[in-house]
Amino acid sequence: MYKLPFEEINKLFEAVSLNTALYVPVKKNDTVVYEKYSENTIYAYDELNTVKSAKDFFFPQVQDIAQFKLRGKSIEIINNEEDYESFAVFGVRACDAKSFEILDKVFLAEPADPYYKERREKGVIITAACEKPDEVCFCTAFGIKPWEPSGDVSVWISGGYIYWQANTQKGLELTGKIKDIFNACEENEIEYFKAQIKNICGKLPFGNLDLKYFKETDEKDIFSSSVWDEIYKGCLGCGTCTFVCPTCQCYDIRDFDNGKTVERFRCWDSCMYSDFTKMAHGNPRKTQKERFRQRFMHKLKYFPMNNEGIYSCVGCGRCVRSCPQKLNIVKVAEAFSHD
Amino acid sequence: MQMIAEKIKEKIKELTENGKISRVMGWKKGLYGYDSEPFVFENGDLRDFTYDAFSGANLCKYMIAQSKNDGDGKILVLLKPCDTWGFELLDKEHRIKRENIYALGIPCGGMVDIEKIKKSGVKGITEISEKEDTLILKTMYGEKEVNKKDYLLDKCLVCSSKEYKDCDELFMTDLCGDTAEYDRFEEVEKLEKLSSSEKFEFWRSQLEKCIRCNACRNVCPACSCVKCVFDNDNSGVAAKANANDFEENLFHIIRAFHVCGRCVDCGECSRVCPQNIPLHLLNRKYIKDIKELYGDEDEAALLTFTTEDKEPSVVYERGKNNV
Ligand code: SF4
Ligand code: SF4
Ligand code: SF4
Ligand code: SF4
Repeated sequence: MYKLPFEEINKLFEAVSLNTALYVPVKKNDTVVYEKYSENTIYAYDELNTVKSAKDFFFPQVQDIAQFKLRGKSIEIINNEEDYESFAVFGVRACDAKSFEILDKVFLAEPADPYYKERREKGVIITAACEKPDEVCFCTAFGIKPWEPSGDVSVWISGGYIYWQANTQKGLELTGKIKDIFNACEENEIEYFKAQIKNICGKLPFGNLDLKYFKETDEKDIFSSSVWDEIYKGCLGCGTCTFVCPTCQCYDIRDFDNGKTVERFRCWDSCMYSDFTKMAHGNPRKTQKERFRQRFMHKLKYFPMNNEGIYSCVGCGRCVRSCPQKLNIVKVAEAFSHD
Repeated sequence: MQMIAEKIKEKIKELTENGKISRVMGWKKGLYGYDSEPFVFENGDLRDFTYDAFSGANLCKYMIAQSKNDGDGKILVLLKPCDTWGFELLDKEHRIKRENIYALGIPCGGMVDIEKIKKSGVKGITEISEKEDTLILKTMYGEKEVNKKDYLLDKCLVCSSKEYKDCDELFMTDLCGDTAEYDRFEEVEKLEKLSSSEKFEFWRSQLEKCIRCNACRNVCPACSCVKCVFDNDNSGVAAKANANDFEENLFHIIRAFHVCGRCVDCGECSRVCPQNIPLHLLNRKYIKDIKELYGDEDEAALLTFTTEDKEPSVVYERGKNNV
C-alpha cells in the first residue's frame, strides 16, 4: 500500500494519464459524469456515484458495428474496426466494481462478446471506498463491502491522504509505472477508516434488504402474484432505471439506412419499452405491468436462477434516485417481503 | 400539509361511500420520506396515502390508461393547479374518457425538489417530517432542518397562476400558498440575449447529456400519441439512443415543435429528467414567441387565423437582432 497527500491528487492523475487514458468523475452541467483527464479536471470526490454507471466503458450505450454498401449486385461489408486504447477508470465505487462481474457472466460466457471482451482486457478499474454512503445505497444486501472495494486498484481517501493498493496483476503493473510519486505507508493505517465506513453501512436503511421471498418462492408463483397489479401503475415505461443501472445488459441491434450506406449499430435497450421482445407475430408483453415485472423478475429471480444465486443488482441505488415517479427495486422487494 | 392530507382522505371516503367513485389516483408514502409515488388506491383502502411536500408528480396523464374501461367505474384524480392544465388538454384532445373521471382540485403551496436538498450537501436522508414550512430531515449523519421554500421545484418557482381548470370539484383550494419567485419568461429572456453561437453552445452542452430515456416524453401531457414517431419502426427515425449529436438535437427539437402551442408549461419534463436538462426553456421560448406573434396561449393561437398574425417572414426581422 502507498499514500499521497490528497491535495496532490492531480499528480497521481498526471502520472496515470502518462501511461494510459484516464477517466475521472466530475461535476458537469448539473450532472456527474466520467471525463477524460486533463489538467483542468476537478475530481468530484464528494459525489458518491455518477448518474450513469461505469458500464459505458465496457458496454457503450451506442456502438457502430458495420456498414453495408451496395455495389452493383454485391454487397460490401465494412467492419467497424475500432482502435481500442488502453484506459483506466478512477473512482469506481464498490457496487459498480461488482457490476462488472455480473456483466462478465453475460458477455464473457461462450460465445464471448468480442467488443466487451477487448474493452475488459484493456481497462484498468481503480475503485474508491465510499466515505459517506447514501440512504439509497443497499450494496451490503448483496455482500458488497464499500469499505473494501474490489477492482484492479483500490483507493481510500482519508485524513488528508489518498491510499493506493493494487489488487490484481493489471493493478500491480500500473502501480509499478507510477510508484515514484507515492510515499510509503503502513498496511494498517486505514483500518480505522474502514471500520468507520463499516459502521456507517450498518445504518443503511435497506442495507439488509429482505430478499427471502424471491430466494425461496417458486418463480411461477412470484410471476403470477397479484402484488404486481398494484405496484406497477405509477411506471411511465421511460426506461431511466435501466439506462442508469450498472447491471442492465439488454441491447438492440438495428440498421440505419442513410441513403448511401446501411449502418448497423447496437444500442442499449430497455425491457420497460413497448417494442422490447417485439417479434413478427406481435409482442408477448403487451402491458406495462408485464414489462415492469420482467425487470425485477430478471434481477431478483431469473438471473440468480441461472447464475448460482447471484442477483443482477448491486444495490447502487441509481434507480432509486433517478426514477421520476419514485418506483424502484427496493420498493418491489419490500412489497413482496410483507406479503 | 398533514392536515390537508387528512381532510382529503375524509373527502375520498365520503365520495366512495356515496358511490361517486370506485378508486383513487393519488400519492403513496415512500421509503425515505421524499419518495411518494403515483398510486391507484382501490377498494377504499387508503393505507399509506399521502399528500406532502414531495407530491410533485402530475397525475393527469395516468388518466389515459385509467379512464379507458367503462366497466371500472369512476376514478378520482387529485390535481394541483398546474396539474389541471395538462388534464384539460388531455380532455380537449379527447385522450381521456372524461366521464369516467372525477377530478378533484386540491391546494398547493409549492412542492419540494429532493435533488436540490441533496445537492446542498445533505446525505443519507431516512425520514422527513413537516412542520409548516420546516422540513425536519432525519439522516444517517444526524438531524437537520431546512425551510421548504428554499428547495422548491423549478416549476413551482415560476408558478404562473393557481387557476384550476376542468375540475369536478375544488377542495380547500383557498389554502393555496404563493410560491412564484420570478417571472417564468425571465430565463428565456436571458437566453434570447445570447448570440447564436452562444445559444448553440448552451443547448449543445445541455443536450449532450441526454440519455434518451424518454422520461420527458412519457410524462408529458401533450405527448399523448398512441405511437410516438421515435418508437415507430416504420417511421425511419425510430431510435433508442442518440447515435450522434445531430440525433440528440433532433429528438428534442421535434418534440418541442410537436408540443408547440399545446405545451401547458407544467414543468414535468424538467422535473423528471435524470440529467437535469432544462427542457422547459425550449418549450417556454415557443410559448413566449406564440404569445408575441399569434396571440394569447389560452386561445389556441396556432389553430386560429387572425389578420394580425405575423407572416413567416418575421424571422428575417427577428433574426437580425439575433433573437
Ligand atoms: S420504474 Fe421508474 S425509471 Fe423505470 S421505467 Fe418506470 S417510471 Fe421509468
Ligand atoms: S437495479 Fe437499481 S440499485 Fe440495482 S444495480 Fe440497477 S440501478 Fe443499481
Ligand atoms: S451502493 Fe455501496 S458501494 Fe455503491 S456507492 Fe453506495 S455504499 Fe458505495
Ligand atoms: S428525460 Fe432527459 S435524459 Fe431522458 S430523454 Fe428526456 S432529456 Fe433525455
